[in-house]
Amino acid sequence: MSVAKPQGVSVTEAGSAGMSVTEYQRIGERVRRKKLANGLELRVVPRPDYARKYAFFATRYGGMDTRFQLDGRWLDTPAGIAHYLEHKMFDTEEGNALQELAKNGAEPNAFTSNAMTGYYFDSTAHFEDNLRILLSFVSIPYFTKESVDKEQGIIAQEIRMIEDNPDWRIYHDMVQGMYRRNTARIAIAGTVESIRDITAETLYQCHKAFYTPSNMILTVVGDVEAERVEELAAEILPASGGPEIPRDYGQEPDGVAQHAMKRAMEVATPQFLTGFKCRPAERGDDWFRQALIGELASDILLGESSPLYLKLYDEGLINSSFGGDYELLPGYACFYAGGDSRDARAVTDAILKEAARLGGGDMNLDFYNRVRRTIYGAYVRSFNSFETIAVSMTEGYFHGYDPFRFPEVFEAITPEDVSAFLRENITPENCVLSEVVPADDAPEET
Amino acid sequence: MKFIRKPLADGVSLTYLPARKFKTGLLSAQFVAPLSADTASAYALLPSVLRRGTVSCPDMASLSARLDNLYGARIDDTVRKIGECQCVGFTASFLDDRFVPGGERLLESVTALLGELLRSPVTENGAFVPAYFDSEKTNLLDAIGSIRNDKRLWAGRRLLSEMCAGEPYGVSRLGEEADADALNNADAYRRYQETLRALPLEIVYCGSAEESEIENAVRAALDALPREDVRTLPAVLPHVPRADVLRVSDAMDVTQGKLELGFSCGSDDYMALLMGNTLFGGSSNAKLFMNVREKLSLCYYASSAFHRQKNLVTVSSGIEFGNYQRAFDEIMEQLRMVQNGEFEDWEIDSARSLLLNSYASMGDAQGKLENFYLSRAVTGFPETPETLSENIRDMTLERVIEAMRTVKLDTVYFLKGKEAAE
Repeated sequence: MSVAKPQGVSVTEAGSAGMSVTEYQRIGERVRRKKLANGLELRVVPRPDYARKYAFFATRYGGMDTRFQLDGRWLDTPAGIAHYLEHKMFDTEEGNALQELAKNGAEPNAFTSNAMTGYYFDSTAHFEDNLRILLSFVSIPYFTKESVDKEQGIIAQEIRMIEDNPDWRIYHDMVQGMYRRNTARIAIAGTVESIRDITAETLYQCHKAFYTPSNMILTVVGDVEAERVEELAAEILPASGGPEIPRDYGQEPDGVAQHAMKRAMEVATPQFLTGFKCRPAERGDDWFRQALIGELASDILLGESSPLYLKLYDEGLINSSFGGDYELLPGYACFYAGGDSRDARAVTDAILKEAARLGGGDMNLDFYNRVRRTIYGAYVRSFNSFETIAVSMTEGYFHGYDPFRFPEVFEAITPEDVSAFLRENITPENCVLSEVVPADDAPEET
Repeated sequence: MKFIRKPLADGVSLTYLPARKFKTGLLSAQFVAPLSADTASAYALLPSVLRRGTVSCPDMASLSARLDNLYGARIDDTVRKIGECQCVGFTASFLDDRFVPGGERLLESVTALLGELLRSPVTENGAFVPAYFDSEKTNLLDAIGSIRNDKRLWAGRRLLSEMCAGEPYGVSRLGEEADADALNNADAYRRYQETLRALPLEIVYCGSAEESEIENAVRAALDALPREDVRTLPAVLPHVPRADVLRVSDAMDVTQGKLELGFSCGSDDYMALLMGNTLFGGSSNAKLFMNVREKLSLCYYASSAFHRQKNLVTVSSGIEFGNYQRAFDEIMEQLRMVQNGEFEDWEIDSARSLLLNSYASMGDAQGKLENFYLSRAVTGFPETPETLSENIRDMTLERVIEAMRTVKLDTVYFLKGKEAAE
């Protein structure tokens, strides 16, 4: 198994039918796991008192996987192709899987992110039938020229909708200013122009490369028979997995491409994101640890109870829309914060100054411990959500860690880890300030 | 699922939803005001000003510290529009005792803090702290302004405000900018005192505590609340259907057009309209999705919503400016088909299954439960997820068709680009 063995208070024991069972007493969870002969990773998280049953079937393939090697040849595929493929996977020879699932009262959907594509349904009845449909349509591609062409109008309108969204614009501008080569800078849905080059043939190639059982994970949350899930997966999916697909995310140079950018849009108030290019994480426990350090650093530097937040809020420089986040992708790490503000530059300067103070080791331990409690509570709370459980399991599997080991990994982090993170990453050299201002206030600059 | 709603004081009720399966407890306290253009922004401002500080925690720093120490318990200020009412207050979410390291109990501490936020704000010279009032007023103005940033939301708001002009339902959840701008501290504080005294207060709890535990905690937190002349909420005014369709459009610097249609419903067979709407545009299996999107590739989203309290249906879609007429015609054609009973068995079966699925899974999400039982208390509709399921199971095709035949186009709103307007 590629997932680290649970430690601490968690206990592993052999389950029936060859599935391992892991108990996580501190967060009240239990997971059944198995890697099938074809390489598929299978996880079942029981929820005995719930009517809902949720299945999430994901491939390690997303918007950033545009350049890869298949059958010994490097392929460059159009921006937005993973997302386009996600749309087209619902087509089946008999019709459309979305409708098949909806007939059973299931609520199916899918999403594409930078590094994964996930397909799921939520249902209270006909679980096995729904799971059969999910596993079949995702593993059996069926495209025709007509059906691929027809999708262009739909996705073009999805792209237009995204492009009119100021939150997305600010974020996308920031990432493009921060990374020169890493393919996380590519818009997940592509552009209206880039998707014109997508053909049925390219879609088949991408499916062949990435939708193999050995590149995928199936997570089920709910009151289900784990053995039946395993039987169905073995019956419906291909008997063997595929080769490891080499990917090229681009050779990223040090430093950012552009420190500041401003765009005029139809917005009521100016909005901004100030982002910092950070050191990427290594696969495995380092990834999880780094993600948690970044989150802790974000809350300590600028979370709702931080001295900086309270000061900026009092000064009217930010409002409750202000918040930060930290994200990791292969070869990519980014810490960012933003919201509405009349003076984004002043907020950015204040963030840099506070990061330098905390990075210098001037950390109030009382406050540090309070924030730790809050994050602990937020993590446990987040496992109320079936979606969060499934997506965390999937990300953990793709990046080599176990998200349910949260208490143990989190407790091993020290104040010095947080200081060092801020000192190394939150610097003027790594900083990119992206702003959107009301259309009538400023000319377009970007 | 089991639930109990009981009066605790004059116009104060507790809805108790016992559930042991969640990691958290949820406690919500909502004042219910009649929705009105004159008062909407004043009520919307209240919870955010109260959230700034209490007598014992007079600033955000001390409040945050207290919540952090309760393992990141959240107490969020909320403003909701439910029918022609406005619900303002707080929703708290906190770890269930089983998951608190060291076996600390959080229920009583969180309930007490919620009580303080409701009834013991920090004050200055008989009003709110001026700095808190001013900055929350600015934030409210920003929030009203930023509805414009989300074009789909904006278009939906514009449709309802035009369609239901002069009716409370046309009033926005946060009120209008001009009204928010005119608010002053002294009036706001008087409004607050009147709220405490006279507005119905709905408390909803969902979690693992016993009924007596939560009841005692809430009683202690709201001890001797000064209640008198509690208001009765007015009944919802039925929408007055238009003889001629109202057509409105705005132009903005956008790349996608937003087409919104509003329909009045003449039938009072609520369940049949709900099912008819699901069939028409309420899911990814509905006629609008299957035809406007999948068959004609005109849009990414095309869906409809049934506004039960007001008996309206609205349709929402994002399209290329030039496709206005095609999209409009196709939406109307799909409605005509529903009204003529032109659908196949699987369409009605899936609409039915989808609704049954949503009722069956409601007990699995605390937020949905809270919203459902709060709405139930506010509107006085007697249904539970169980009775709704029974109704939908028994629903006949004939009832759906008959009810949908009373659905009539009332208002059309189109958000277009600036070039398209010229």
